[in-house]
Amino acid sequence: MRRGRFTGAAMAAGFVFLWLPILLLVGYAFSADRIPFQWGGFSLRWFAALAGNERIVEAAGLSLRIAAGAATLAVLLGGAAGWALARFGRFRGRALFGMLIGAPLVLPEVVTGLSLLLVFVALEGATGWPQGRGALTVLLAHATLGAAFVAVVVQARLAETDRSLEEAAMDLGATPFTAFRTITLPLIAPALGAGWLLAFTLSLDDVVIASFVSGPAGTTLPMALFAMLRRGLTPEVNALGAVVVLGVGAMLALATLLLRPRPRGE
Amino acid sequence: MTGAGPAALLRARGITKAFGAVVALDALDLDIAPGEFFALLGGSGSGKSTLLRIIAGFEAPDAGRVLLDGADIVATPPWARPINMMFQSYALFPHLSVADNVAYGLRRGGVAKAEAARRVADALAMVGLAGLDRRRPHQLSGGQQQRVALARSLVMRPRLLLLDEPLGALDAGLRERTGFELRALQRQTGAAFVMVTHDQEEALALADRVAVLDGGRVAQVGSPRAIYERPASRFVARFLGAANVFEGRAMGGGFDSAVAGITFAGAIGGDSLAVAIRPERIRIAPGASGANSATGIVEDTAFRGDDTLLVLRLSGAATLRVLHAEQDGAPPARGDTVTVGWDAADVVALAS
Repeated sequence: MRRGRFTGAAMAAGFVFLWLPILLLVGYAFSADRIPFQWGGFSLRWFAALAGNERIVEAAGLSLRIAAGAATLAVLLGGAAGWALARFGRFRGRALFGMLIGAPLVLPEVVTGLSLLLVFVALEGATGWPQGRGALTVLLAHATLGAAFVAVVVQARLAETDRSLEEAAMDLGATPFTAFRTITLPLIAPALGAGWLLAFTLSLDDVVIASFVSGPAGTTLPMALFAMLRRGLTPEVNALGAVVVLGVGAMLALATLLLRPRPRGE
Repeated sequence: MTGAGPAALLRARGITKAFGAVVALDALDLDIAPGEFFALLGGSGSGKSTLLRIIAGFEAPDAGRVLLDGADIVATPPWARPINMMFQSYALFPHLSVADNVAYGLRRGGVAKAEAARRVADALAMVGLAGLDRRRPHQLSGGQQQRVALARSLVMRPRLLLLDEPLGALDAGLRERTGFELRALQRQTGAAFVMVTHDQEEALALADRVAVLDGGRVAQVGSPRAIYERPASRFVARFLGAANVFEGRAMGGGFDSAVAGITFAGAIGGDSLAVAIRPERIRIAPGASGANSATGIVEDTAFRGDDTLLVLRLSGAATLRVLHAEQDGAPPARGDTVTVGWDAADVVALAS
């Protein structure tokens, strides 16, 4: 493909459009000035202020714990769903199952959040569990969303993995469980890892669903951020944004690395 | 069936398998003798791969029995069958080294470490891959991958090894050599090899016995020479060596094909539906006339190295394929009118 001047310009414009706002935010996070969009010389004072903000630190800790729990649950549920979609052949209701698994990917978050809230309220009314709303309900809601992503990633990985590998293992004396543990699992491990990171990132980012299903003791980092913004824009918000961008960026880079195509010998 | 008396290692009886409305195997019977090299030959959709997967245990037949040493193994799962299979794609485990691939089955079988290491080394040496045990499969050539797959199966010392298109993924130059090596390994290990192939040359060259499959049934089984020279049906005659097959009517010890305008003479029974004559048994015979001769115009020629394939357009709508050997002089050119003839002994009568 010939890369003309136009292609280069289009690419540059695209990158500027995508990244300029984020670069500005990260840049101003290092500004000493009190006004969040005015340069006042290099300083780390807002990061220090952030670290001293108990509510933010607490919310960040809770968010990380929720994200880790939700991602782990999502890998278990989504991994099983992806396995079923890729390996169980054309079972009855497969198309519907695939659509339902993928629904959270396309459904507006408001709808997902509201419907999950209804489920939790109804469930509590019927069984007494989960008691109230808070960190646990946010975790469950995020696991639901994350499972959809994990299922898609795992299904794609399994689809490109030769099915006769599992048969060959069984032919050599492995029971289906041993074949899964020794052959399939190592081969889809990168997809599970990438799915975990995606689900973790999604949970860390989400504010809409969390707002629906959270309670008094379940303020996540994005929710705390929104609360801060309501009281006015401060450079602390820039600093928090910069930290989140770097963290999420690192996660996504790692996920991309895990999902890169395998070397082929054929 | 020849060569598989009461001592058969594997017997398939009445194997039937349908996928939805498609019948893959239709009450198929087959016997495999211990230590023989057996080829299942057929086109796509003949059921040959399904039969292999049923013997390996990956598919369950809808009806019928698979007997190994007289015991029905249909209910036995693949991991408990003393049968191993080499997959068409080789199915090497990409995350394991060559040595770990070969050791996989021994490890599952609980073979002690030192013993397993020795057997892995022996198996790799046997297929000529000594020294490559630390490599990953994707670092090997196609031919080397094929040998690893073979070693991985043979290290289990199976009495029956199934091979799904074992030479299918190899370059033409490598096929002949690998074929000879397969035969040598088969003799060396004493295992029965059952190979699935769509390539008749491969089947005829390697196997002790060949079963030609058509529509989920065995069309004919026998030694390569027997099925090649005495095909039992029109399908087998056309499939093997692309014989010229003419339908017509048997009359008075001969056979009349109206569509080709040829009269055949030979050992032709009254119930014959068709006759076959192989292209390489036909020679140019100027002046020949009467039975076992034909005249036509050369419609096409294809040079094939040691011979030239001629397609003769006969008086009617029929064509006749003739192989003209190089040693018989320059072949006729397109558009030439040629008279050909053949011996009565080479005419094969077909009753089905």
